[in-house]
This record gives sequence, C-alpha cells and structure tokens, in this order.
Amino acid sequence: MPLLVELVSPERVAYTGEAKMVICRTTTGDIAFLPGHVPFIGVLATHPVRVLLEDGGEQIIAVHQGFVEVSPPEDGTTRVTILSDVCELSETIEVARAQQAKSAAESALASDSEDVEAAAALRRANVRLSVANA
Amino acid sequence: MPGAQERVLRRRIASVQNTKKITRAMELIAATRVVKAQVRANEARPYSERITEVIQDLAAAGADADHPLLRPIEKVQKVGVLVLSGDRGLAGAYNTNVIRAAEQEIQDARSKGLDYSLVTVGRKAEGYFRFRNFDIDASFSGFTDRPTYEEAVAIAARVTDMFVNGGCDRIDLAYTRFITLGTQEVVVRRFLPLESEATIASAGDAGATAGFEFEPSANAVLESLLPRYIESRIYAALLDAAASELANRQRAMKSATDNAQELIIKYTRKMNQVRQEAITTEIMEIISGAEALADDKSGPEDLLLDHLSADPFPNVLDRRTQHSHHETPRT
Repeated sequence: MPLLVELVSPERVAYTGEAKMVICRTTTGDIAFLPGHVPFIGVLATHPVRVLLEDGGEQIIAVHQGFVEVSPPEDGTTRVTILSDVCELSETIEVARAQQAKSAAESALASDSEDVEAAAALRRANVRLSVANA
Repeated sequence: MPGAQERVLRRRIASVQNTKKITRAMELIAATRVVKAQVRANEARPYSERITEVIQDLAAAGADADHPLLRPIEKVQKVGVLVLSGDRGLAGAYNTNVIRAAEQEIQDARSKGLDYSLVTVGRKAEGYFRFRNFDIDASFSGFTDRPTYEEAVAIAARVTDMFVNGGCDRIDLAYTRFITLGTQEVVVRRFLPLESEATIASAGDAGATAGFEFEPSANAVLESLLPRYIESRIYAALLDAAASELANRQRAMKSATDNAQELIIKYTRKMNQVRQEAITTEIMEIISGAEALADDKSGPEDLLLDHLSADPFPNVLDRRTQHSHHETPRT
C-alpha cells in the first residue's frame, strides 16, 4: 500500500500523488516516512523534500518552511500532507532568478553579516538551486 | 428638420446608449471574474481545512492551549475592527453594507466606553473612515478583487501585533461572506482570540487515541502553526470578499444595463411622439396655409354649404338604366 502524498499551499493543492517514501527535514533533523508510519506532526526547515515515487522516479519539492503531517491510516492508506506557504516543484523553478537572488543575498550578507532576511533569502535560493539541479 | 426637443432627446438616447455599452461590458467582466474568484476560493480551501485538522490533532494530543493567541477574553477595554471592503465602487451596496457593519461595531464599542482601533482593507473603507475622522491604525488597498497570500500575511502580521502588543483585547472581522452568486451576506465575527473552545476542544477524542508524534514538540508546532492559521483565515476571508465584490458588481451592472435599456425605450417613445406632434403641427400649418391662400383667390362663397351639399353623383341613376339596356338584348 503506497503513501498518499499531498502538497498543499495556501493558494491551491500544488501536488498529489502516490509514493513509496517521503524524505524531509524537520527543524530537528531529517526524517523519512514509509507506509504505515505512526501519526506525526513536524515543523519543516527550509530544505528540499524528496518524494520517491512508485515507479522508481523521484519528485523533489523546494519547501520553505511549513509543516508535515502524517495522518492516522485510513483503510490502510497513510496520508502525508505537507503544508507550506511557499513550495515549488522542481519543474517550476526558474534557475536564473534563483541564481540572481542568491548573488543578491550574498552581497547583502557580505556588507552586513547580521542581516537575517538576507540569510533567509540565501537559504531559500540555495534550496531552489539544489532542487532545480537535482 | 427635427424640432429642438427631438434633437435633445436624440442626443440623450445616444448618451444612454453609450452608458449601456459600458455597464454591459462591466457586467460581463465581473461575471467572468467572479467565476475565477470562486475557483480561487475553492482552491484555497484545502489548506485551511488541513491546517484546522492539524490544530485539532494537536489539541487532542494535549498541546498547551495557553498561547497568547488563544487566551480567553477576560475584560475587554479595547476592540480592534478589521473591515474588508472593495477598492472600487460601482458594486451596488457592497461597500456601504460592510462599512456600515464595521461602523456599527465601532459605535457599539464607543457607547460602552471602550477604546477602538481600526484596520481597513480596500480604498472605499479607508476613504469613508478617514473622511469621518476615525483613527485608522493601518490600511491596505490595491488588491481587493484579486488578493494574494502575501497580502493576507501582511494583514495578519499587523492584526496579530495589534492583539499581542497593541492592547486590543478582542479583534472583530467584518466582511462579506459569499454564499451563492445570488446571495452574499455581511458578517461581523470575532477573529481574535481564536475560539479555542470551537477549534481546539471540538476536536474531540478522535485524534487523542491516534498517538501523534511531534517534532520538535507539540507546543512548538502549535506555536509556529497558529500564525499560519490566522493567515489562512484572513486569506479565506479576503477571497470570499473578493468573490462577493465581483458578484455584487455584476448584479449592479446588470440592473444598470436594464435601466439604461428602459430609459432608451422611454426616450424613444417620447421622441417619436414629439416628432409626430411636430409633423402634425406642420401638416396643420400647411393645410391652413393653403386654405388661407385659396381663400384669397376665390371669394368666401366657395365655402358656402349649399355648394358642397349639392348632389355629388347626379348621373348615377341614369348610368344604371343604360347598363341594363345593353344587357337585355343578349338573352
């Protein structure tokens, strides 16, 4: 029985599909979900989420914070829901824009290493690039 | 040459015709956009549903409900009002209704001797309250017919700040709820503190048995989840208000178009009548003019009654007898 994966952003359901395994990073560390995982709620870090598909393929999603919930199994299906303000599938990422954002954030950090927003922007850009290049 | 009145009417018909074209176009635009707004509202629903589910699961698992956003109201001294109106008019009573409701809410607070703070969304509410010298703490505008999540985040941040640090003990939200295309309703509901008894306690014990694991901890999850929950509720309200605004605009423009059509018919009838009258008058003038001329040529005796009533068909009888004469020999 596969996992049912749902990626929900405030504006719409960005992705639904079945998968063998979901790997993501919470604020305390990486965690992987297999079918039948115990119910779980975690806070996600800014990091790519890897969805290993049934057919052996892999869908990588850039998630910039959010939550992951593993619901109690219903009819033997385990549902993994990822709630995130900003989440992008690897296909939709514009590499050039992310590259630009990265260099802008880097130069902002170079002048002011305490700049929290620039640090966050740099993290987001890095996640985007790693997702797009994967 | 048409008379002066007829010309005025003709011009007025042309101008109403133009107005009708505009209102008709606006009606069609609103009609397509209201459908899109509904679609967006539906697409946004899963997120807020899921986030509510997660909160309920958290509550069932015994997360501490002692969060500032959940603290119950003890004594209200200051009321915050968040009103969602439109940026543009020509939407029937849409803006007026929601602004009235918000003003009512503020007057209520004032009459009880409470302080208030006001956050407006949409140019119409801002203009209304500014003109009447209300204190506006923050105003947002420029997106009401197509709100995005970022705007909801900005509004949520401001409102949460007012509640947590700004001394507001309660925040009310006034907006127009979209029920169907034909019905929208202005609602004023408590927005903050979150109704813990409704969202959290109603979760029941269904989730409690599920035995959730939390990372880092239930309280930490709740803490980072609640702001998202507030954002998604504001976003949902914004989308509802946008759909309502467009539905109202569509209805208003439809009746404007209908009224324009009615006016055109009325003016056209009036114009025809005026024209007919002008023609009749002209004919009368010509006839009486011709008669006056005729009067000059022949003497007044031409019009004497005995001239007119003299036998008009003097030969009729004779002609008939002639006919019968002709036909008899053949038989």
